[in-house]
Amino acid sequence: MSTLHTVNKSPFEKSSMESCLAYAKAGSSVLLYEDGIYGAIKGTTVAEKVTAKNGVNFYVLGPDLKARGVSEDKVVDGIEIVDYAKFVTLAAENDKVQAWV
Amino acid sequence: MKFAIQVNEGPYQHQAADSAYQFTKAVLEAGHEIMRVFFYHDGVNNGTSLTTPPQDDRNIVNRWSELGKKHDLDLVVCVAAAQRRGIVDEGEMKRNGKSAQNIADGFRISGLGQLVEAGIQSDRLVVFGD
Repeated sequence: MSTLHTVNKSPFEKSSMESCLAYAKAGSSVLLYEDGIYGAIKGTTVAEKVTAKNGVNFYVLGPDLKARGVSEDKVVDGIEIVDYAKFVTLAAENDKVQAWV
Repeated sequence: MKFAIQVNEGPYQHQAADSAYQFTKAVLEAGHEIMRVFFYHDGVNNGTSLTTPPQDDRNIVNRWSELGKKHDLDLVVCVAAAQRRGIVDEGEMKRNGKSAQNIADGFRISGLGQLVEAGIQSDRLVVFGD
């Protein structure tokens, strides 16, 4: 049973991403979008938690990076940059979608 | 695959109303079905016809109406959330003795049972909001 977790708030503003990381099991996926994209930036304390989380696939929504002026080279290695079409694919491929709103 | 969408945030607030719209559009473009979009909490404000944003800004309400018309979407506004926030259709206007109705084109007002049904009958329920 795989789950797509979605996080739409900055980890520097809310604890939803932290909760998500605590619950996400190996084999599941986490998509960071809206202000959640700040959790995908290199060199932060949150980035360390992302890279330490083994077996979980991380994604970040490209249009939301662009909307905030965050260039793709600032994204943590191993986090895949996706578009809305891929967001839909992820929602379909996983058994359920859990929004950490 | 059947998708249901839940929108908990009003338009022009943060980004959830926009994200939900973009996701819904992408679902349809991928050839999947949207069985219902349920507007809950402040999300009911996506369905008021009185919204008049500046001309150079996106019209979030009209955008939903147009997408709904194009794809015959079931755009449902939660009745209890709508009553609290002044979103009224003709039936609610008469029932509550109000002077006007303002439900946007293509939206309908119904109960929370519609969300439960969407959760049961769809393959995926995707939630957008605060």
